Amino acid sequence: MENSFLLDKLQGNFPSKIVEIPDAHDLMTILVDVDDIIDVLRFLKLDNELQFVHLTDITAVHFPHLEKEYAVVYHIHSLIHNIRIRVKVFLYGPNPEIPTATVVWKGANWMERETYDFFGINFIGHPDLRRILNVDDMDVFPMRKEYPLEDPNRVDKKDLYFGR
Amino acid sequence: MSEFISKMTSNQPVFDDNDPQDELITLNIGPTHPATHGVFQNVVQIDGERIVSGVSTIGYIHRAFEKIAEHRPFYQITPLTDRLNYCSAPINNMGWHMTVEKLLKIEIPKRVQYMRVIVMELARIADHIICNGILGVDTGAFSGFLYVMQEREFIYEIFEEICGARLTTNIGRIGGFERDFNAVAFEKISEFLKRYPPVLKEFEEMFVRNRIFIERTSGVAAVTPEQALDYGWSGPILRATGVDYDVRVQNSYCSYEEFDFEVPVGTTGDVYDRFMVRNEEMWQSLRIIEQALEKIEKEPKGVFHAEVPDFYLPPKEQVYTNMEALIYHFKIVMGEVDTPKAEVYHAVEGANGELGFYLIHDGGRSPYRLHFRRPSFVNYQMFAPMSAGMLLSDAILNMSSLNVIAGELDA
Repeated sequence: MENSFLLDKLQGNFPSKIVEIPDAHDLMTILVDVDDIIDVLRFLKLDNELQFVHLTDITAVHFPHLEKEYAVVYHIHSLIHNIRIRVKVFLYGPNPEIPTATVVWKGANWMERETYDFFGINFIGHPDLRRILNVDDMDVFPMRKEYPLEDPNRVDKKDLYFGR
Repeated sequence: MSEFISKMTSNQPVFDDNDPQDELITLNIGPTHPATHGVFQNVVQIDGERIVSGVSTIGYIHRAFEKIAEHRPFYQITPLTDRLNYCSAPINNMGWHMTVEKLLKIEIPKRVQYMRVIVMELARIADHIICNGILGVDTGAFSGFLYVMQEREFIYEIFEEICGARLTTNIGRIGGFERDFNAVAFEKISEFLKRYPPVLKEFEEMFVRNRIFIERTSGVAAVTPEQALDYGWSGPILRATGVDYDVRVQNSYCSYEEFDFEVPVGTTGDVYDRFMVRNEEMWQSLRIIEQALEKIEKEPKGVFHAEVPDFYLPPKEQVYTNMEALIYHFKIVMGEVDTPKAEVYHAVEGANGELGFYLIHDGGRSPYRLHFRRPSFVNYQMFAPMSAGMLLSDAILNMSSLNVIAGELDA
């Protein structure tokens, strides 16, 4: 299956809602609006021609310099056609919200809990949205860029001191 | 009390039908329980011997690798990957190197790819030895574990010969290996190919047709392919349900497409099938190593890394005498090399399933974001829901056969 076929099919079913991100290094990457994400994921999984049955991964990325600060990234794999696709949703901070994918795949449960744990992304409708790897009484979301890894006064690892 | 004692001594049942029978007991399995083989906790409610419900708590050895990785150059992230699945660290190392090479578009010489295949398949055998051996121990058969453990020790000796380390190997560099396999390493690999098959055969004979083992494992924790895919399973436990998904075949890396090997699949997805799939994978790994050794013979000798001076550190003695080597050394260590702004996802077939690296790079010294797709983490989440209704002892076997490695679970 060609990427162009996949993109045409998606754009045919979701007119003017799917945008392809050009120059993706390896996988075809599409950008979806937060309101449509579950419909798109469900379509990708259930459509007979596509059958993206394997949810490989859900994670998030923090871009503090962007207007929409948070990106939730889904990696999905169609085992029959052996094609992978990356779906991105950008969200406004500081309390980003997105509907849960557990209604499509049960396996999304822990992946979303992990994403919530580290980025504070609130998955609406998730059956059990608790912290998973960090301690329960932690009050920050540690993978956000504003939280330093170690002593923030340490300068020997800062890029700007290396001519960048 | 006296009534109770008289019941006890008069050969009547201690509890009669009028006593409350529906009380549930809450039991903590873990965080440090010998049966979990790692640091994670399950709180289960049991009714007699049967589990009614369970909750998994993980994160006891969470070390924030993804955050640390955002502050380290690429070559310093390799030791972090060691500590994911520490039973097969070389696969993680190679997966990470290949991710970076994909980002930097580095072509790897064939000989190096075959060397990587050998290392990865040895690691896969070492990992499956642990899983199947421990599964035997959990069913009560200790000796099989001891038989194969000796061979795992031999695999570690090979790793030691190749890179100097045994468990957390840090094998290889971006672009290849830090040094060529020496003659002893090749000799030991060939010796392993000779001495392992009879041991594995013997191990097989102890389990495969063993009535006790079959009764303890067959039909236990059977999983349908639909359930497995719903939970995002991958690796041997997915193949045990009958789905022939193997990253080595589907998204071939490191020249796996040139090798002739089978992908074993099961039918019922129970503990016995998982054992059999892992067992057969060890045979297939031996086949792959054999072919890789033959292929290496045909390649030019002495090639053990790609010619990428921008990323591959020059030999130390040259750094002191050769101007160019000194410059490259400085540039690599100080992070002065230009790198593309891009994002890549690269997956390898880890011993437990699809091990993925999602790397977003903004051209700096360290990744902008690095996410590990850890198979244990994804596979393990089904454990608590599927334990409901299972006997406690079966749940322990189920956990063993999932081969959850705490380091990979928590990252």
